[in-house]
Amino acid sequence: MNILADILSGTILFAIPLLLVALGGMFSERSGVVNIALEGIMLVGALTSCLFLSLMEKAGLHGMHPQLLAFLAILIAAVTGMLFSMLLAFAAIKLKADQTIGGTALNMLAPAVAIVVTWAIQGQGQTTILIPGWVRITQESLGMATSQDFFSRLIFKSLYLTTPIAILILVASVIILYKTKTGLRLRACGEHPQAADSVGINVYHMRYLGVAISGFLGGIGGLAYSLAAGSGYQSTVAGYGFLALAVMIFGNWKPLNILGASLFFALFKIVGSYAGSIPFLPKFTNVKSSEYIYLMLPYIVTMILLILTSKRSRAPKAEGIPYDKGGR
Amino acid sequence: MKAPSRRTNRQGLINILASLLSILGGLLFGFLLLILFNPGNAMYGLNKILTTGIANLDKLGKVMYQSAPILLTGLSVAFAFKTGLFNIGATGQYTLGAFFALVGVIQWRLPWWAALILAMVGGALLGSIPGICKALFNVNEVITSIMFNWISLFAVNLCINNMPLMLANAWGATNKERTVSLIGAPFMEYNPNAIIPRAGLDKLMNSQYMNIAVFIAIGIALVIWVVMNRTTFGYELKACGYNRHASDYAGINAKRSIILSMTIAGALAGIGGGLYFLSGTAQYTLVKALLATGFNGIPVALLAGSNPIGTIFSALFISYIQVGGDALQPEYAKEIIDIIIAAIIYLSAFALLLRGWIGKLFIRKQKENSNRELADLPDTSALPQDAASEQEEAAQ
Repeated sequence: MNILADILSGTILFAIPLLLVALGGMFSERSGVVNIALEGIMLVGALTSCLFLSLMEKAGLHGMHPQLLAFLAILIAAVTGMLFSMLLAFAAIKLKADQTIGGTALNMLAPAVAIVVTWAIQGQGQTTILIPGWVRITQESLGMATSQDFFSRLIFKSLYLTTPIAILILVASVIILYKTKTGLRLRACGEHPQAADSVGINVYHMRYLGVAISGFLGGIGGLAYSLAAGSGYQSTVAGYGFLALAVMIFGNWKPLNILGASLFFALFKIVGSYAGSIPFLPKFTNVKSSEYIYLMLPYIVTMILLILTSKRSRAPKAEGIPYDKGGR
Repeated sequence: MKAPSRRTNRQGLINILASLLSILGGLLFGFLLLILFNPGNAMYGLNKILTTGIANLDKLGKVMYQSAPILLTGLSVAFAFKTGLFNIGATGQYTLGAFFALVGVIQWRLPWWAALILAMVGGALLGSIPGICKALFNVNEVITSIMFNWISLFAVNLCINNMPLMLANAWGATNKERTVSLIGAPFMEYNPNAIIPRAGLDKLMNSQYMNIAVFIAIGIALVIWVVMNRTTFGYELKACGYNRHASDYAGINAKRSIILSMTIAGALAGIGGGLYFLSGTAQYTLVKALLATGFNGIPVALLAGSNPIGTIFSALFISYIQVGGDALQPEYAKEIIDIIIAAIIYLSAFALLLRGWIGKLFIRKQKENSNRELADLPDTSALPQDAASEQEEAAQ
């Protein structure tokens, strides 16, 4: 039973960054901007927030309110991601540049900036920013008695503030997208911007908003990934930004489907790393370095699912096309 | 028929000017970074970036050596761009090409040219997958390519680990994290034809890196230019990139075109992997991160405006500043070069805007000229039309 709790807890841990970033991508694409820069956004969001946490640790300021600092770190990640995403928004909306190229430029920029900044702050060759242990929420830190039963293992094995916040964000996303005027307008701009413009909606503003939300969520997702990865920040998010794009497509640009898709993908990732201790899984004992088989698994499964579900996949109609007022 | 050729000439010139402006902007931004991080050494750093590549023949040899693989990955990305697809999978195709080439020379004792063909096949196989997924299942090629980048990386590592001959430790070396050195003594005896011939260039340039790879790459770029611009086949692929439905209507099989475009793009990136790892001076290292060479094809292609001839120059340029960037250490992190390259692409994403500006300048000048010598210019009436079609072209 313990192993089941561990697997579920790990699944949730890795589903959170995917969920956040895919939701971000959804807002951007629903407004009509393809955001391939999510990977870069995650990187810069994680960079500033992890730097903040490690500086707080060095300054010894974490004693009183560790979770308040964690919350501040989340805000910092969100704001950095949002600012960085404005580079994409400016190129894609104002200058009508090719969105894929602009996004690719940001993806190349982010890891280079991350390495240069980490070096500049931590000294030469220091490529890892250590994340202090007090960020994790434990039963002790909540003043509860430590226990090892199924549910406490499931919840507290690896609980960070990002998890409850991600759940709140998911609920908020559903409400904003489907129950508010802004959400309706945002979706209209991704489907038929000319029609939206003709009834007085400012398409440019809506698209800036969509990209800004994606930067906000992408930044938090970056922090959530670094927390989940567990070995500190090393100027990489291992392709999670791109995976989130696949999760978003697989989730058909809808918040609840995206939740399902990210849980599904995270489960396959976790099963890979627990493969040795799950009795019914094949062990490939006669193959050297069989860990690569399980590393490939999530990508292959995603690919198969994308092909199988492509028939009912429905992307926002106007995504990727710069809106030109004169082009009605 | 004179007017259109003059127009394409001018369009080409505008594209080159736009790229040069992006480069200038990127370098300026890089200089600001140098000042920001280490003000005392900024001039020294800029000097290193700009002059290391021609400091001596050895460095120039390294520039050419490193330009060959990114020329091909750049060509791969450019080819896909021209046909309306974004091949972000060049890194996976490059990795698989390298693997096929190494299997050819190590496991099967093939000569280098046969291994290079194998590399091409490997890249083409991987490239065809996103093409098929796009054409038949309408799955976005960007997502498929990214997924297969990781799948091919892990698959290659898995296979190399299970092929005892491939790793260096099977040949007397201690390292089991990388493939055998093709110029090591035991291997030279086993397969002396494994490495790409140096044709005396290594002695001429006094550089151990120099071989004929860069000339093979340039030759391939010329072939691709001919295919794209002088054959019906190339025309069909391009037409399909501009408008899939229109070309379907015109009797071009769009699905076939998409698959073929991605397959050829993959083949090009695969050859790039072969060229680099058959040089003898490179060994494939087992890592869990995607190889940067594939991604560096993207700036090469963008800077060249996806023109196959242009990729030759942009590959040499990117390689040139990378060699310069390596000389930046220890005063600066060499990743500053990556920032400069990223800034250059970001700026070239504004190419439409830049080209519009430069185009306007040109037209104004020409108008002034034509006003002055009205009698000498019979085709002034064509100018506004030119401007309109130019914008259309840029919008593509």
